[in-house]
Amino acid sequence: MAEPATTGARPEPRDAAPVRHPGRWVAIAVLAVLGAMLVNTLLTNENFGWPTVAQYLFSAPVLNGLANTLVLTVLSMLIGILGGIGLAVMRLSPNPVLSGVAGGYLWLFRGTPLIAQLLFWSFLSALYPNLSLGIPFGPSFVVFDTNSLITPFLACLLGLGLNEAAYMAEIVRGGIQSVDHGQSEAAGALGMTRAQTLRRVVLPQAMRVIIPPTGNETIGMLKTTSLVVVIGYTELLTSVQRIYSTNFQTIPLLIVAAAWYLLLTSLLTAGQRVIERRYGRGVAGAVTEATPLVRLFSFRTGGKTA
Amino acid sequence: MTPMVEAESVGKSFGDVEVLRGVDLVVEPGQVCCVIGPSGSGKSTLLRCINHLETIDTGRLRVGGELMGLREENGRLFRLRDSALGRQRRDIGMVFQRFNLFPHRTAAENVMEAPVVVRREPRAAARTRAVELLGRVGLADRADAYPAQLSGGQQQRVAIARALAMQPKLMLFDEPTSALDPELVGEVLDVMRELAREGMTMVVVTHEMGFAREVGDALVFMDEGRIVESGDPRTVLSDPKEERTRAFLSKVL
Repeated sequence: MAEPATTGARPEPRDAAPVRHPGRWVAIAVLAVLGAMLVNTLLTNENFGWPTVAQYLFSAPVLNGLANTLVLTVLSMLIGILGGIGLAVMRLSPNPVLSGVAGGYLWLFRGTPLIAQLLFWSFLSALYPNLSLGIPFGPSFVVFDTNSLITPFLACLLGLGLNEAAYMAEIVRGGIQSVDHGQSEAAGALGMTRAQTLRRVVLPQAMRVIIPPTGNETIGMLKTTSLVVVIGYTELLTSVQRIYSTNFQTIPLLIVAAAWYLLLTSLLTAGQRVIERRYGRGVAGAVTEATPLVRLFSFRTGGKTA
Repeated sequence: MTPMVEAESVGKSFGDVEVLRGVDLVVEPGQVCCVIGPSGSGKSTLLRCINHLETIDTGRLRVGGELMGLREENGRLFRLRDSALGRQRRDIGMVFQRFNLFPHRTAAENVMEAPVVVRREPRAAARTRAVELLGRVGLADRADAYPAQLSGGQQQRVAIARALAMQPKLMLFDEPTSALDPELVGEVLDVMRELAREGMTMVVVTHEMGFAREVGDALVFMDEGRIVESGDPRTVLSDPKEERTRAFLSKVL
């Protein structure tokens, strides 16, 4: 912006004293004391067991559990997102059979506890001892033993992924419906088919609405994977539980797990920001959100965020 | 010669509301037909029926001799599938009141989109032509701007270039200047005037009586889903025959 010409006697609004915020300084003082207490206890309370934390942070069983957590999170979210897009498109279809089936899926998978679903998949053999591939009501070509086909790992993926798909479906549907109907009309008027319109025009714009809750879901999934303990699969939390059940160093090992979860969540948050920026193209004000560091800095000068 | 647009007693209802009650309209190739009338008269619906954004309930609607959205076989009518409808719509450009540009694509990308996706043109060639078309509407230097960075008038001109990219035989304008600041209306009308001069067939729903008088070859006045009066724009505007037309014009002129 252009500087206004300064003429001698005129008072300058720039020189006006800023509004004082004494309450902020009181809050800072209180928080500083609490912060000092926290640092003090972290350093002096030996029950935190920092040496034990350091000893186990990179130990083989912990890293192995971490890897399993990561693989489960990534694959389950992949199933969830792809399944969710499919279900959302079905749900919005004018075909009553398709939208009804999608509605039924959501009703079932959102209406039963995830733990029950995990147990169901792992005990599938109690319902169907054998699974076969063939013509419905006709001959079968291949027969599998359910117990050897549905490994604990596959049961985890089915349980987490299929459940996630139901939740993702609603997120994707919300995103698709947030796109102005005029966009589809413009695309249709140009001769695009409905599939082309969805892929090229509607979904890219829906992404802006879909990404933040999907980031939430991914971060949630990172920790929900610990539920697979009920079917005996090992991930980050179960692997530290196994360690502290033998050496009774409960708190230090929980800190180990928490540290890894926090690190992964931080990485996911950063990743989400990058993706949001990518899909914020063309939207005024989508990218220019001040980072906490910038806000903290401007706070010193009277809390004015430029 | 086959008329570009031929509507025969076209009727359309939204639920219990009859929006079009037997509309007959013929637009010849190269003609500019302006449609005026009070809001709710059905003029926008008629326009949207022409490229099958709305389906008609009764009557026949042909564009370039082809029934829109339908196929006639052995005297029976069949609805067209998505892709066949898309093929019909390629030849009809449409410009909306609210522009409806794709906000996640730049001006040039907006113009390229249909040629690349629908006609599978190579990107580079499509881009060259897009910049050319943007030049025609006076926006060659804004090719890489996103819609949000353009004024309303500029956005509408990009929308016109986007519609022209498919080399349509017919252009439909749905109140193209109604969402614009008064001082931006002129630049859009200039582009439309130029298009008419080049011989494009146009159906324009508008409140710009000056444009209708100057550029239009035919003027249609609609009210309550019917065409009340039509004819040469200068005659209809200065010497309307129907009482209803006179009442409407006395309010807007």
